[in-house]
This record gives sequence, C-alpha cells and structure tokens, in this order.
Amino acid sequence: MEDIRQEIDQDRRAFIRKVLGGTIAGSLLLVIPMPASAVLRVAEQIPGMQEETEVFTKKRFVFVVDITACIGCGSCCVADKAEYNVPDGNYRTWVERYIIDDHDDVYVDSPNGGLDGYIQPREGLPHPTRDTFFVPKLCNMCEKPSCTQVCPVGATYKTGDGFVLVDKTRCVGCSYCVQACPYSVRFINPETRTAEKCTWCYHRVRKGYLPACVSVCPTQARKFGDLNDTNSEVWKILHEPHVVSVLKPDMGNQPALHYVGLRREVV
Amino acid sequence: MSVGVHHAEGVVSLANYVFPNDVHIHWSLMIVLYPYITGIVAGAFIVSSLYHVFGIRDLKPISRYSLIFALAFLCCATWPLLLHLGHPERAFSMFLTPNPTSAMAGFGYIYTAYLILLVHEILFIYRPTMVALWQQSKGIMRGIYAFLSFFNNNLSRESLELDHKIINFLAGIGIPMACVLHGYVGFIFGGIKANPLWATPLMPVIFLLSACVSGIAGIIFSYMLIKKFSGGTIDVACIRTSLKFLWGFFILDFVFEMLEVFTHYYMSTHHWHVLENLLWGPLYTTYWTLQVKVFSVIPFILLGILCLVKLKDRIILFFAPIVSLMILAQVLLMRWNVVIGGQLMSNSTRGQVFFTPEWAGREGIIAAIIVMTAPLVILFILSRIFPLWIHEEQPQET
Ligand code: SF4
Ligand code: SF4
Repeated sequence: MEDIRQEIDQDRRAFIRKVLGGTIAGSLLLVIPMPASAVLRVAEQIPGMQEETEVFTKKRFVFVVDITACIGCGSCCVADKAEYNVPDGNYRTWVERYIIDDHDDVYVDSPNGGLDGYIQPREGLPHPTRDTFFVPKLCNMCEKPSCTQVCPVGATYKTGDGFVLVDKTRCVGCSYCVQACPYSVRFINPETRTAEKCTWCYHRVRKGYLPACVSVCPTQARKFGDLNDTNSEVWKILHEPHVVSVLKPDMGNQPALHYVGLRREVV
Repeated sequence: MSVGVHHAEGVVSLANYVFPNDVHIHWSLMIVLYPYITGIVAGAFIVSSLYHVFGIRDLKPISRYSLIFALAFLCCATWPLLLHLGHPERAFSMFLTPNPTSAMAGFGYIYTAYLILLVHEILFIYRPTMVALWQQSKGIMRGIYAFLSFFNNNLSRESLELDHKIINFLAGIGIPMACVLHGYVGFIFGGIKANPLWATPLMPVIFLLSACVSGIAGIIFSYMLIKKFSGGTIDVACIRTSLKFLWGFFILDFVFEMLEVFTHYYMSTHHWHVLENLLWGPLYTTYWTLQVKVFSVIPFILLGILCLVKLKDRIILFFAPIVSLMILAQVLLMRWNVVIGGQLMSNSTRGQVFFTPEWAGREGIIAAIIVMTAPLVILFILSRIFPLWIHEEQPQET
C-alpha cells in the first residue's frame, strides 16, 4: 500500500514537474525568438530575395498578366480577399469578363469583382458570342504614379524599389488619390476610413514569396519577377517577341504591370 | 451614399460596365459646397475691391458689407473639408508635412494667408469706426472695440492716410490672392488627368469666373434681403452697377462653360464619347435642363434686359434679387455637375452610375444645410460688432 502510494506521489510530482516545465518552456518559446534554422522555411519563390539585407532591394519588379491564359476562375480574387480581409464591395484586384458578339459589340462585366469565378455564361445578350476572354486587374505600380503626386500628406508614396504603398496611419482619407488613379484600383476602406489598394503583396515579396494571387493562379496567368534577372520568366516575356502592352499608355503613368495579349477592347 | 448602377432597359444596361471600385462616390455634397463657399468668398472680395481699388463709387454702400460677408463665409470654408475627411483629426498634417506635388496640400496655406489678409483689410477699413465705438461703448464691448482698433485711437490725418495706404496695398494684393484662392480650387479638379470632365486647363478659369459671379449675386441678394427686413433703403444706383458687373462676369463665365463643352464636342476625341454619355445620361437634368437652360439662359437674358433697357427703379428692385438667386443656383448646380458629374462616369469609359445624396450623415443634405446656414449666423454675429452700412455709424468714412 505504502509503495503504491509512494509511486503515485512520485508520479504526481513528475507529472506536475512536466506540466510546469512544459508551460514555462512553451511561454518562453512565445517570447524568445526562435533561431532562424528552427523556423519552418518555405522555399524561396523569388531568387535571391531572402539574402537581401538592404532596406530597398536593387531588384526591378514587374507584374505580367497573360490574358491568353486567364480562365476566369477567380482564385486570385479569393486569395486576395483572404490575404487582406478586403471589405465587401471593394476590390484590390478583380477579373473582368469580355464578350464580343458577332455584331462586334463588346460587353464587359465583373460581378462581385470576379470573386465567385465565371461559372455561368453571361445571359441576355442579344447576339451570338464571337469571342470571349478574361482580364485580371490590379495596381499598375506606375513609374509615374498619379496617386502619390496628389496625396496632400504624402501618405501614399513610392518605395525605393518601386512599390507604391499607403501608410494608413498617415492617410487623412481625403480620397484625392482615388480620384487621381486612372485605373480605379483604389478605394476608401470603410472600416479604417483610409485609402487602400493592391500592394503586389509587398510583405510577402520582402520575404521572398510571390504575391498571393500569383501563387494561387492555376494557369500562371499572373507572373511576377525581377527585370534585372535575365533568367526570370518576366524578363523573357518582356524581351522576346510577344504582344505585350500596358493599360492606358496615353495617361503617361508608365505602369510596371504588363499584359500579354492585351486586346484593344480592354480599357 | 446610395449609389446604384443604372439598369436601363435592354442592351444599354448590358453594355454599361463600371469598374467595381467606381460605384462609390467619394466626393459628395461637402466637396460640392467647398468650392461653392470659397467661390462666394473670392467673389465678395472682388466686389469690395471694385470700390476700394478700381474706384467704382456706386458700389460704396456695399463695399464694407461685402468684406464682412466674405469673412463670414471664409470662416466656414474649411468645414465641408473637415466633414469630408475620413480622419479630420489628421488634417493638420497637411500643414506640417505637406506633399509639395499635391494640389490639395496648398489649401491650408492659401486659406490661412487669405484669412489673415482679409481680417487685416477689414480692421484697417473699420479702424475709425472701431475707435468711435470704443469711445462710446462700455463693458466687454469696450474691450473688444479697443482690441479691434489695435488699442490705438489716433485718428489724425496722417494716421488715417497711412491706414488708407495700407488698405490700398492689402486690397491690391487681395485681388490676386482671391484669384489664386479660387483659381487654385479649380486646379484641384483641373489637374486630375484621369477624369475627362475635370482635366482641362479651362477649369481654373471657369471656377474663377463663376466665383466672381456667385460672390456678386450673393452680395446683391443678401444686401437687398437684409435691407428689406431691417427696413433700410436700398441704393438703386448701387444695385444697377452691381447688376452690370454681374452680367459682365456672367457673360464670360457662361461663354467659357459652353466653349469648354463645345471644344470637347468639336475635337471629338475618345473623351467626348465618355462625356457625351455623361451629359446626355445621368447628368442631363442637372446639367442641360437646370444649369444651362433654366438657370443660365433665363438669368442671362434677364440681366441683359436689366442692364441695357432703361427700366424703372421698381422693376430693377423686383428683378435684381430674383436674378441673383438664380445665378446663385446656377453656380451651385455648376459645382454639383463638375464635382459629382465627374465621378458618375467610370474610368472604364463604358459606364456610369447614378447618385442621390443621403439626408443624414456627415456628408448628407442636413449637414450641407447646416454648413450653408452657418455663414449667415456668423454674418449676423459679425454685424453686431462691425456696422455693415456706412450710414449707421458716426461721420467717419473711408
Ligand atoms: S495604378 Fe493607380 S494606385 Fe496604382 S500606382 Fe498607378 S496611379 Fe497609383
Ligand atoms: S486618401 Fe489618404 S492616401 Fe489618398 S490622397 Fe488622401 S491622404 Fe493621401
């Protein structure tokens, strides 16, 4: 009886010790940063990015959208909404559906920004469809952005490596930038009452990962990469004979977002 | 904001495509009022300068009143902006850390400079009056008047002459500043290349001219109204001259407004296709019917008759307030059509939205009415301190 009791006591003590130890160790883990080697490392998606130590990289990022590849599944929009918790009715990125009928009339729509995917054909059009395609839209990361030009407090600005970002702690919510962007990619977030837009997932890119929409696109219609890297896919696309163009070139904004197979119907 | 994508019958609505973010109207009633109020300020100042700088003696009876009127509106010029901002508590950053390339960042500076100038101009013009009132009044008012006359009761010839020089100087730089204040507001819109309705170098000019027009009309209307209710006599010569100026400025204003549309039509670039759909679409009633046909053509003809035909005083006094009120409505409609109209067409160039302002809320109709009534209340308070009319005070005159 005595031995049994002793054994139980010992077990109890050991148990309490273990629990305490585990709790303390667990809490310590929360406060003490883990050595880098211990972190689960996701394979780098942008070559050389994780070795970058400078505040601004020397890379020259471009975004390429291949219109001929987009199937209008809306995965990118879903990923984007999840990544940023975008409020309903506002869009950091969206996918448009173009339909050209045999009278050469053009019909464009983007119900819910394409979030639900284009599962059903468009109804009610008066003539048979001749051609149809999808066009994803996002921030053009203009070389000469009109949004940063007009912001009265400099809350929207261009980083040293070419990203146009919004500092929501400085934004006064005047909407001037929303008016100034020729591509309508900006909106005022109803919760924060500040301007918001696509950032090309700056936080991911800085860690060497591709933008969320790029990594989920099943057909690789969205591509992202460094133009200074002659091995990158984007370099090849922009330097080989492809039909490549930008949106609204006459605005003079010089977008860093390029479209492969851009059609004249697209605005 | 209740904005609905228009669903007209048939193909039209099928072809109507608005960028998903373009269904929101971000600049609503408050941004309509903002240029309206600054315009009235600039216009009223110009009325007073016509007397003080250009020596149009007929305008003497309203020369002081128009300055106080301008000040009352200037006090409220920032209200609509603050009501509009998502974070008004950060508004001061526009002063502290302005972005030099932003058209909007200059507003704080221009506004403040203009406010300082206007207040000084008023104080110098009123100094003899303030000194007289200082001597007469008692208690707290005595202190106020002493302060407003810079605690200086020297009304000697030399000192009045010096005052006069200062007034001329202030009025002289006041004119270009009033023009800058409002031309600049036009530039806030005119500099937005993304918007084909706004992006025209004519925008500052049109804004400036319509500012003069609304200022003069506001002065005529309120002058007659105040006189009517306070039982004073209306100076008909002054009204006649003001109407002439109103007509003159309105000719320029209206012609430029029409020329702008006509030039777009004549050039027929791809922008025209967008503007055409806008002007004959969601903007048809407020632009063509109200702004152009009712509130421009009719006052235009009326003003022409009032200025060119020899009419009895009675008729002038009957039509002057009507015409002025119509002109005030015209300018308000013009602001609406520019500010709201510009946002009704999507950057997709393929569609438009419709907009109905809401009643409640920071940018609703009720707030707008309050913002527009506030200057009148301020004007009333100011009139308790500054006698609006020259004959109300002691023999001193400027
Ligand atoms: S697309 Fe619009 S928001 Fe993006 S950088 Fe260009 S102007 Fe700015
Ligand atoms: S809404 Fe914010 S980011 Fe945009 S212009 Fe105004 S202050 Fe700048």
